[in-house]
Amino acid sequence: MNETARPGAGREEILSLEGVSLWLSGREILHEVSFSLHSGELTGLIGSNGAGKTTIFKVILGLETPTAGKVLFSGEARPRRNRSIGYVPQSIGLDPDVPLRARDLVALGLDGDRYGIPLPSRGRRQRVDEMLQAVDAQGFADTRVGKLSGGELQRTLIAHALIAEPRLLLLDEPLANLDITSEQEVVGLLASIAKARAIAVLISAHEMNPLLPVMDRVVYVASGRAASGSTEEVVREDVLSALYGHHVDVLHVNGRILVVAGKDEVHHTGPESEHTAVPRGLG
Amino acid sequence: MIAVIAFVNAIFEPGFFTSEPVRVALVVGGAVSLVSAVVGVFTVIRGQSFAGHSMGDLGTAGGSGAFLVGANPLWGFVTFAVLGAGAMELFGARRPRGRDTATGIVLGAGLGIAALFLYLGTTHSNTTGATITILFGSMFVIGTSMIPVFVLLSALALGIVALLYRPLLLSAVSRDIASARGVPVRTVGLLYLLAMAVAVSLSCVTIGAILSTAVLIGPAAAALRLTRRPGLAIAWAAVIGLAVTWLGILLAYDSYYWPPLGRGWPVSFFVVALILAVYVAADLVSRNVARHRGRVVSSAEGPAGVGGRAQPMLSPVAGVD
Repeated sequence: MNETARPGAGREEILSLEGVSLWLSGREILHEVSFSLHSGELTGLIGSNGAGKTTIFKVILGLETPTAGKVLFSGEARPRRNRSIGYVPQSIGLDPDVPLRARDLVALGLDGDRYGIPLPSRGRRQRVDEMLQAVDAQGFADTRVGKLSGGELQRTLIAHALIAEPRLLLLDEPLANLDITSEQEVVGLLASIAKARAIAVLISAHEMNPLLPVMDRVVYVASGRAASGSTEEVVREDVLSALYGHHVDVLHVNGRILVVAGKDEVHHTGPESEHTAVPRGLG
Repeated sequence: MIAVIAFVNAIFEPGFFTSEPVRVALVVGGAVSLVSAVVGVFTVIRGQSFAGHSMGDLGTAGGSGAFLVGANPLWGFVTFAVLGAGAMELFGARRPRGRDTATGIVLGAGLGIAALFLYLGTTHSNTTGATITILFGSMFVIGTSMIPVFVLLSALALGIVALLYRPLLLSAVSRDIASARGVPVRTVGLLYLLAMAVAVSLSCVTIGAILSTAVLIGPAAAALRLTRRPGLAIAWAAVIGLAVTWLGILLAYDSYYWPPLGRGWPVSFFVVALILAVYVAADLVSRNVARHRGRVVSSAEGPAGVGGRAQPMLSPVAGVD
């Protein structure tokens, strides 16, 4: 394996997908997807909507079974009931009536899958308090979860996922619907969590730029196929053009990266089609 | 001292505590409402009020069927509500929208059967007593022999909710998180529907099939206005459920001395009226608390009045949404 030469040198492999393909109702959703995640690293799962990001999450979580290929957890098959993966879904559509404060939601991360009524214990309270502090959530610890702002809810859900001490943290589009300040806060928090707790963090996003400063590795997904490696290795014209199946340009503008359809494909995604898309969007 | 006795006598009409039917009603009716209220907290959180209502309507079919064959209506209520719970889960598949449609279909079928049974029952025995009993309950005519059954079924419903307490909360927050954590979300959902079916069946007997939804949803909804903690919400719901039922029984007993004299008003009416009153009161209290908090925040963070005024102006927009 060449993995030791990669950015994750000396770091432990937490999860690897090997040639994972998935067919759902006659359609191939994922085609031979391979990548690995390492402790202490933050990996971006980048791709447009419908590229297959959420499906990759479901495969990792064991909610979908691959048609072909393997999902290995520290080199072994994934156990059925897995507390070592923390998961933060994209939107949880919370009913404002749900009688849970931010701290109750974090406590559910500790033992929400257990049966029976929990006995109040000092140790439990203390762990919840520590976790709230770790994500800087003391200020809204006693607020009803349905009334939290986007950034506050995101931090609470991260604490909820982290308190079970997972080795892998998955976040589905955590930056969607966040304002720029909260976006930067959440990104910084996740990067420091990966380092401080030596866990693997996988973040899906349709926009890679907010993640560029902190991303150790990128998995780029397009139409069910994936390429992985460092940003320099993956976000290149030849790699992405092969992935998309047609030419794309990769432009560097003021430290940001733009991936746009190449000149010979202007009639697909160029300015022309954008103009025709606008009235459709308004109508 | 005499004044106190006179006051107590004015509230508790003579014979209230010595009457056997009243004592049974206080014990059984109170316990059943408490169970319904506790189970109902999760009905509201999970957005299954419609399913809860449908179970009452299904119970009507079961109860009237049992009446027709001469069995205790409780068995009819339980059988049909539990079968209905299974059918809802079976047809409902995974999509919440599909669940609603499935509930509607099961509900329609149940009401059709209820109409048939009530028709046959009333034309056969030439009395409307069955209809009244099934639809509006019969708290004062529960036989003492049924008490053990009520206790067992109540314990079953409470036991299920206690067992599933955390998984139910977690899947109310997010089904995806719960299943990722290994919670068997569908099994948990089905078991919860079973608890709901039992709770609704019990209150069908005491408060009536039509009004069972009120006891299931009302105390829980009021409790959720009063607290943001899960344990407290359940405690509040239990207290409210018990209080409105006991007060309802007291008022119904007293109403024998109200016009039309010697007839007495139905308990169910008082219970439901009290639930509405408690809900409105709880809503007012929570609004007051929210406004008070808003004022504190606005005076601390910016010009006074801005925070408090902004919300009512925004509410019409939210209403359109």
